[in-house]
Amino acid sequence: MNTIFYIAALVALVSTALAISGRNAIHALLFLIVSLLSISVIFFILGAPFIAALEVIVYAGAIMVLFIFVIMMLNVGLEKEMENKWLRPGMWILPSILAFILLIDFLSMLRSMNYREIRGQIILPKQVGISLFTTYLLGVEISAMLLLAGIVGAYHLGRQKKKVIHRFLEKIEETHAEAPDTNL
Amino acid sequence: MVTIPIEIQILFAASLFLLGLIGLLVRRNIIFMLMSIEVMFNSAGLVFIIAGSRWGQTDGQVMFIFILAVAAAEVSVGLALILQMFHHYKTLDADELSKLRDSKNDS
Amino acid sequence: MTLLLALIPILPLFGFLVLSIFGGRLPWKVVATIGTGSVGLSALLTLIIGTVFLSLPSPDGVYAVNLWEWINTGGLTANISFRLDALSLVFIFVVTFVGFLIHVYSVEFMKGDEGFSRFFAYMNLFVFSMLVLVLADNLLLLYLGWEGVGLCSYLLIGFWYKEPANGYAARKAFIITRVGDTAMIIGLFLLFINLGTLNINELMQQASLKWAMGSPLALLTAALLLGGAVGKSAQLPLQTWLPDAMAGPSPVSALIHAATMVTAGVYLIARTHVLFALAPAVQTAVAVIGALTLLLAGFSALTQHDLKRILAYSTISQIGYMFLALGVGAWSAAIFHFMVHAFFKALLFLAGGAVILLLHEEHDIFKMGGLRKKMPVIFWTFLIGSASLAALPLITAGFYSKDQILWFAWSASNGSPWLWAAGFVGAFLTSLYTFRMVFITFFGETKTEPDHQPGKLIVIPIVILAVFSLLAGFIELPGSMGSFHLFSDVLNTLLPSVILSHENVSEIVFQVLASVISLSGIYLAYVLYLKKPALAGSFNKSRISNFFYSGWGFDRVYDIVFVKPVVWLADIDKNDFIDLFSKGIAMVTIFFNKALSLMQNGKVRWAVMALAIGIVFILTIMMNL
Repeated sequence: MNTIFYIAALVALVSTALAISGRNAIHALLFLIVSLLSISVIFFILGAPFIAALEVIVYAGAIMVLFIFVIMMLNVGLEKEMENKWLRPGMWILPSILAFILLIDFLSMLRSMNYREIRGQIILPKQVGISLFTTYLLGVEISAMLLLAGIVGAYHLGRQKKKVIHRFLEKIEETHAEAPDTNL
Repeated sequence: MVTIPIEIQILFAASLFLLGLIGLLVRRNIIFMLMSIEVMFNSAGLVFIIAGSRWGQTDGQVMFIFILAVAAAEVSVGLALILQMFHHYKTLDADELSKLRDSKNDS
Repeated sequence: MTLLLALIPILPLFGFLVLSIFGGRLPWKVVATIGTGSVGLSALLTLIIGTVFLSLPSPDGVYAVNLWEWINTGGLTANISFRLDALSLVFIFVVTFVGFLIHVYSVEFMKGDEGFSRFFAYMNLFVFSMLVLVLADNLLLLYLGWEGVGLCSYLLIGFWYKEPANGYAARKAFIITRVGDTAMIIGLFLLFINLGTLNINELMQQASLKWAMGSPLALLTAALLLGGAVGKSAQLPLQTWLPDAMAGPSPVSALIHAATMVTAGVYLIARTHVLFALAPAVQTAVAVIGALTLLLAGFSALTQHDLKRILAYSTISQIGYMFLALGVGAWSAAIFHFMVHAFFKALLFLAGGAVILLLHEEHDIFKMGGLRKKMPVIFWTFLIGSASLAALPLITAGFYSKDQILWFAWSASNGSPWLWAAGFVGAFLTSLYTFRMVFITFFGETKTEPDHQPGKLIVIPIVILAVFSLLAGFIELPGSMGSFHLFSDVLNTLLPSVILSHENVSEIVFQVLASVISLSGIYLAYVLYLKKPALAGSFNKSRISNFFYSGWGFDRVYDIVFVKPVVWLADIDKNDFIDLFSKGIAMVTIFFNKALSLMQNGKVRWAVMALAIGIVFILTIMMNL
């Protein structure tokens, strides 16, 4: 089991690193899905089978599909050159330094941690469900409302509104529409 | 049962988080920024699972479910916003959207 | 009953709040109903309470209601509490009743003005403040009302603020009254420090216990309070603001600058009469100020061309009579003259305002003339008001009140023949300038044609006021004519009655003299301005006429003595080192603004980076602690 954990962790880290540094959005997303799947393996190993399943279904399944769907809808061309322009090597320096400092912080925090003994336990979906619908019932209600708000918000924002332009402005709008295409 | 030291587990989660942070700070493509945020969300959930497993409590998993719900809502609204942004500005460059700028002194 | 008493000021306050919050969105009929209705209900309540008060007097002659504790700190206690006694009753009656009539008049007068609801909001606020002033049971609350009416006066003088001159007049009124108010608040501080309370009743008891007659502290505080009264009531030497205050709409001049606010000084002195009785020198000063003011304003009124300015100078002069009465200790005579004056002066302002309105904002009386036939109702009511102002014997209210003051100016123990002579000459001047105004405006040939007749809402309040200007005198008849003292009997429960010294002189002689002087003034006006205008014309061109016209040059003197040096000092002091300090603050702020606005480049990655750096920084610090 331990070996599987380490392998899965390595896969997750490498694929995440590739995902965030990739030039092609679709490839990056596929790497991200690999990363999520390996994290789901780790969940399973850590004794959370229910969450492992959720990770695959919701994250790797629903959310990532949403991403891919949007990328395909946008149909961005000339991506490579754009990304090459945007991602200069020098830009990695400051974030890396920050991340390094943060890592040192984490390590020093871990060193001062007291509960070191290993005592993993399996928690079955039934227990999670009981806890979810007794102690955390209010939280469930609230997240339900949040999701509803998310749906409504996504529907409202995602609509392609038909632009209503006064006839005096139409000309101006046309000249504007032609100009910024060079960005792509 | 697994016998991985808890430090290693948390270090793994922390590394994921840092990768997400680096991605968020480096990328200009707004889709990648959103993806990095997902990574960070995920690593935060991972810490909850680790802690739940360590203490044998269900609360960690419950929290993960909540994080999942928040992430789902965030992604749906965020992607809708990206759609609108692309529709209006024909670009995915986050730096192009600088309308919040204090225009008096700049322009 | 005490609850009803509290309602009297609260109703106009309510009207003010409603109008100031919703006024702009309400139709003008609703605005008019709320504005006049609140004051009308107050007037009705005043009548009820007044009837009960007079028929069932409480043992101490006072109705009091304590609403809540306002300030209680460091030994200073001031409550929001109202106190009704005979003196307040007269004042709230005049404020609400005359105020109501003026509100009704304003509905038509101000119709179509873009600031219609603003006008009624200010007017209601004014009525509220004035009621607080006269009902307050402590000097701090009184001061609140005092400043409130000052504020409303400022707002209403500058009501047509788009004309810069009106704003200037408003500022002038505000600043000059501020001089008096500063003196008054210092007086309040002194009273509190030395007597430990600001409650009027306790204050008066303490003062008479602790201070001897003519002690320096009593003199000082009385003089400071007199300063406040002089400023508010436009007496010498702070009288210059009132003629300019006529820039406001006519109903405002009627309500604030004739009937109520300018008499607040009279109220203050009557209210603190114990203090003034302890300071005989100051009381004499009150009488002298009154006498000088009434003469000075009378001469000035004689030369004015603007109808409203004549009335303004006449108001100053009549308040001078009230001060004269207060100064000789004839408290109730002063209050009686206040009430009668409120009626006939409000009438004159309203009728004059109607004339001005119908002649399209024509203020100059020499461009009027012959209006007797054109607007008969206005003419007759204006005539009644003028007769009352000129103290036409026997039939007008003004005769009874002014005669009483003249009689007491001679016969009271504080009185003197000199004061009487001033009042006597003043009476002659009064009837002269009053009928000069009447003859020029209403007789002779027509110079400007009115295009329409005044409406009901203008005529009815004027007629009611005219009736009061005739009848109000009969509640207080002099000793020689039946000795009927309804008014002073009520007031004497509170204010001491006059101490007479010259009992040997018969009162009737003075009445005959006053009657003769009044009639001869009218006759002289008739001769000068109807029969032989050439005589008056030659006077008009003389230098002394110009001197009177400019209000005895007070404005020029103040300009040279106060305004010019201050402006000069400010001019040379423009770039002193204190400015460097404030400019330095501005420069540092601008520097930081520039630096920080560089960060506001609107780029979301910049913000995220700043956030990350901050979090890492804080976490690192926390780890190492």
